[in-house]
Amino acid sequence: MAEILARPESLTKVPFHYCPGCTHGIAHRLVAEVIDELGLAEKTIGVASVGCSVLAYDYFNLDMQQAAHGRAPAVATGIKRALPDRIVFTYQGDGDLASIGMGEIVHAAGRGENITVIFINNSIYGMTGGQMAPTTLMGQKTTTTPEGRTKDNGFPLKVSEMLATLDGVAYIARVALSDPGQVIKAKKAIKTAFTVQEKGLGFSMVEILSTCPTNWGLSPVNALKYVKETMTRYYPPGEFKKPEGEW
Amino acid sequence: METVLMKGNEALAEAAIRAGLKVYFGYPITPQNEVGEYLAKHLPPAGGTFLQAESEVAAINMVYGAAGAGVRTMTSSSGPGISLMQEGISYLAAAELPAVIVNMMRGGPGLGGIQPSQSDYFQATKGGGHGDYRLIVLAPSSVQELYDLTMLAFDLADHYRNPVMVLGDGLLGQMMESVTLKPYIPAFPLEEKTWATRGRKNREPNIINSLYLDPERLFSHNQKLFKKYQEIAEKEVRVEVINEEAEFFFVAYGSSARISLKVIELLKEKGINAGLIRPITLWPFPYTVIAEKVNQSKGFMVVEMSMGQMVEDVERAVKGQKPVYFYGTAGGIVPSPQKIFQRTLEILEGGQE
Repeated sequence: MAEILARPESLTKVPFHYCPGCTHGIAHRLVAEVIDELGLAEKTIGVASVGCSVLAYDYFNLDMQQAAHGRAPAVATGIKRALPDRIVFTYQGDGDLASIGMGEIVHAAGRGENITVIFINNSIYGMTGGQMAPTTLMGQKTTTTPEGRTKDNGFPLKVSEMLATLDGVAYIARVALSDPGQVIKAKKAIKTAFTVQEKGLGFSMVEILSTCPTNWGLSPVNALKYVKETMTRYYPPGEFKKPEGEW
Repeated sequence: METVLMKGNEALAEAAIRAGLKVYFGYPITPQNEVGEYLAKHLPPAGGTFLQAESEVAAINMVYGAAGAGVRTMTSSSGPGISLMQEGISYLAAAELPAVIVNMMRGGPGLGGIQPSQSDYFQATKGGGHGDYRLIVLAPSSVQELYDLTMLAFDLADHYRNPVMVLGDGLLGQMMESVTLKPYIPAFPLEEKTWATRGRKNREPNIINSLYLDPERLFSHNQKLFKKYQEIAEKEVRVEVINEEAEFFFVAYGSSARISLKVIELLKEKGINAGLIRPITLWPFPYTVIAEKVNQSKGFMVVEMSMGQMVEDVERAVKGQKPVYFYGTAGGIVPSPQKIFQRTLEILEGGQE
């Protein structure tokens, strides 16, 4: 019998611990499928960050390093500079990448560090229980913005747009895991990002708009709807930078 | 073997290259800038990579990544920068990654100054970062020893899978002395780093990690680390004792040890037989060597370029059996041999406790 669906080789058999309706599982799977399809598993090193995906090293069937909060791009830089012929990626949430780790991500991008960054933007701190993130939308209620985010809390950061202005960046896209069509687009962007790295073209990043039903106080279905109808209005999906010409 | 005149910072950088340094990450700070500058010029032709990081925080995490990838890696800095690296150093120790960290101490606290100091002793030997861990801390006292101990630092780091700190000071880093450029001979057999993350070809994945959510597992990790630290403490104490038969001992490391030697000469002219105990490893600390001198010594004079830090370890070794005196200068002031001599004379001739 032909097998039409199987677990990617680049995922272990450990069941995800993520909450029902959380899209981390989909994002993990997409990354694993791309690594399988490009035949990169034996030469890839992943970097897990701090947040809900801290245990990513249990789920990816790959060599993995766990990094200090926000420092995954620096750790990835260290690995890539030590082993330039390997494929190195980070998997970071919005608190990790856009708050405490903003310095490291900007400089890794600015250096054109030849790594791939998977950036999960669910507009909230998941693991610590739903505090405001740098990407929390205006008006969004969190445990530290109980009346909703106002300008006193500052404005949400559009990281992809910011990083796309840097010369070292080869590829940046934002995708949304809101429905099957968007999931296919997300996979395509992730595949492009890893291919850019394989070809040595420079820094690549895919920002993935993701759900956090638990901390948003929404059902899984309504959380997907929120990504599609609310998040994408402030964070429009698309490719913000691509390598020019034939590659 | 070639003998050349070299600045301390450059000698240690040259030693690192010869010991097989593959990637260096650092951020400029005085008084250690020559380390990075020398490596920027000389490491790439030797097949390595120099990268100026955006901060000390990034530099130490780059070291973490490279160490986890199984290559020889190092960073260097001075007090304020080393403070920024403490989180990363704790992670290195926890994940058992070999790396060399050089601290050319300057006066503190805060931004302090840029003149030589030994005021980061506590930070280096007692933790510095969070959690239960130990660094191996080497304290050179000459440019030659900066060269020799930098090579040893890489070997100790790899052998014990532990970060090693070379704790110098601005004086050592900046001064020029003759150095014999000895060839690199590994102090331990160099084993293949089968634990490194280099891609899981023909094996199960390797994971570099310091997270243990289960308290039982974290406790057993703590116990495993401390078993290793115990082994290091038993095997790796290094110390120089000058004038074994002395009736009074100075205890000093680094630049202060050299100043103390001058004081010992001055005392000899007065007919006082003084000696020096010079810790070369600050952790593990030579408690036993000091304790063995308690009976013969009228007391111990600890000399430091700080307000008094190592003196606490000397007191631990002496256990109140003999007086432990302290002479220190801080803020970037180098102690004068004459003043230490006067003070010691007052103590010994005045019977002052």
